[in-house]
Amino acid sequence: MKRILSTAGTEFRIALRNRWVAIALVLMAVFSVVLALAGSAPTGGLGVDRLSVTVASLTSLSVYLIPLLALLMSFDAIAGEAERGTLPLLLAYPIAREEVLIGKLMAHLGILALAVLLGHGLAAGMALWGDATALAGLPALWRLSWSSVLLGATFLGAGYALSALSRRPSGAAGLAIGLWLGLVVLYDLALLAAIVADNGGWFTTKAFPVALLVNPADAFRLFNLTASGATAAASGVASAANAIPLWQSLSSILLWPLAALGLAAAAFRKVTP
Amino acid sequence: MTSTLTISALTKHFGELAALTGVSLSVAPGERVALLGHNGAGKSTLMKIILGLIPATGGQITICDAAPGSVAARRAVAYLPENVAFHPSLTGEEQTRHYLTLRGENPALAMGLLERVGLGQAARRRIGTYSKGMRQRVGLAQALIGQPRLLVLDEPTSGLDPVSRREFYTLLDELAAQGASILLSSHALTEVEARTDRIVILSKGRLVAEGSLADLRRRASLPVMLHITARNGFAADIAQSLPGAIVVDGALHLTCTQSEKLETLGRIAGLGDRIADLDVLPPSLEDIYSHFSQRSAR
Repeated sequence: MKRILSTAGTEFRIALRNRWVAIALVLMAVFSVVLALAGSAPTGGLGVDRLSVTVASLTSLSVYLIPLLALLMSFDAIAGEAERGTLPLLLAYPIAREEVLIGKLMAHLGILALAVLLGHGLAAGMALWGDATALAGLPALWRLSWSSVLLGATFLGAGYALSALSRRPSGAAGLAIGLWLGLVVLYDLALLAAIVADNGGWFTTKAFPVALLVNPADAFRLFNLTASGATAAASGVASAANAIPLWQSLSSILLWPLAALGLAAAAFRKVTP
Repeated sequence: MTSTLTISALTKHFGELAALTGVSLSVAPGERVALLGHNGAGKSTLMKIILGLIPATGGQITICDAAPGSVAARRAVAYLPENVAFHPSLTGEEQTRHYLTLRGENPALAMGLLERVGLGQAARRRIGTYSKGMRQRVGLAQALIGQPRLLVLDEPTSGLDPVSRREFYTLLDELAAQGASILLSSHALTEVEARTDRIVILSKGRLVAEGSLADLRRRASLPVMLHITARNGFAADIAQSLPGAIVVDGALHLTCTQSEKLETLGRIAGLGDRIADLDVLPPSLEDIYSHFSQRSAR
């Protein structure tokens, strides 16, 4: 346990000095404040409180930002050690590879959680300050917070796996950006295009819900929007998938972190220094 | 006395390539063994197998009665990889504290270790500001953690200046005196001269020579060079009485085998005051090394 904590402490220090902590905190804070301010505009018209509206916007933001931050923090985890020549040394120490991964995960996930807490805290504060009924949105915000951390864990695991597979930081960075573009941006565009082309056929009714659930980013968006009932304030892909029950998207966001970290552990085990 | 490290008939293949073939070696407690070879001779591969980082294709290894890579073996062995560069954002002290914790030791020992390798002044600076020699010292400091029974050091003195090298070997002497076994690799025989008990030469994955420097020198039996400076005008005269001598810039160069050395010296002494000076050049360490590593290559 001491070994894991020491690894986590060391990784946190590195992230602090590389300014990843500052970048994550500032990004989340700035975007949350901007969205909280923007979210105050349509209040009343939709019959929901300010915070619920902000949560809907924050959900859309987190889908992009959290995976990006997670991948940026994790791509160097194993490839960087390999490049510096510290990987063989580390593996010659009496520490298991899984312990190394868990230590790094604790540090990186901790940073993400801090960033999420700061951003969401600011958003909640601003909403409550202007609108007392915004208290009604707190459960939704809390749900968004913990599911954001889970989403982060999924992409951290994916980042570690890519880092272990590519063995070079530059290659890992490329793969990480590719994964982000693929899962977060292009995936939804492709689904949208397919739905338009399909025109209400088999794809829209059968394949589409499954396609949303297997992508951790879409499952995250789906879960938060259906759970908060804020779909009215959101548009696009999520509102088209109202039919998917909550437990399905919940299982997806709970299972993905485990799967991604299992993948990372398997990829790391295959690395020969 | 049981060996700290025993390797028998070790073989490693990377696909078609035979990286190590039938290597057998044992290292006793307190013994300092130098592993010599060209790049690609199999030194690093051998070390990684000893550390359990890569599996062997065949043969057996035991480290302090444990299998390579087992927890018991990893506790007993310290390692210094070749060209290791620690994270530039950490200070020497932070990095050493982390390694101490990983070995289950008290992290407060970090400063003492860094002072021992001459990094006390720079301990609180980031490793990114260190020179290559200083980074190598951090690597050495971590290898000293927790009284290891076996130190595996891959090119430990690369990047160190001659004074640091001397300090480094003094440190190794202390460790060996306390019973630690040391296996270090190097490109150069000159460097490990007199600082190691035994030399092992690897060439193309095979162990081609093993023994003390004196042993190797005797077995190689390379010719001795004699440089004779003649008094003015006597050069041609001397060349006649010493068959095989060649005149180079007014001096005479003569080579003879180890066994003929004394006899040849006697004949030179017999030439009396026609000789101004005489230098006897034994085969250099590099010659001995090339002799063994090239013989096998043929």
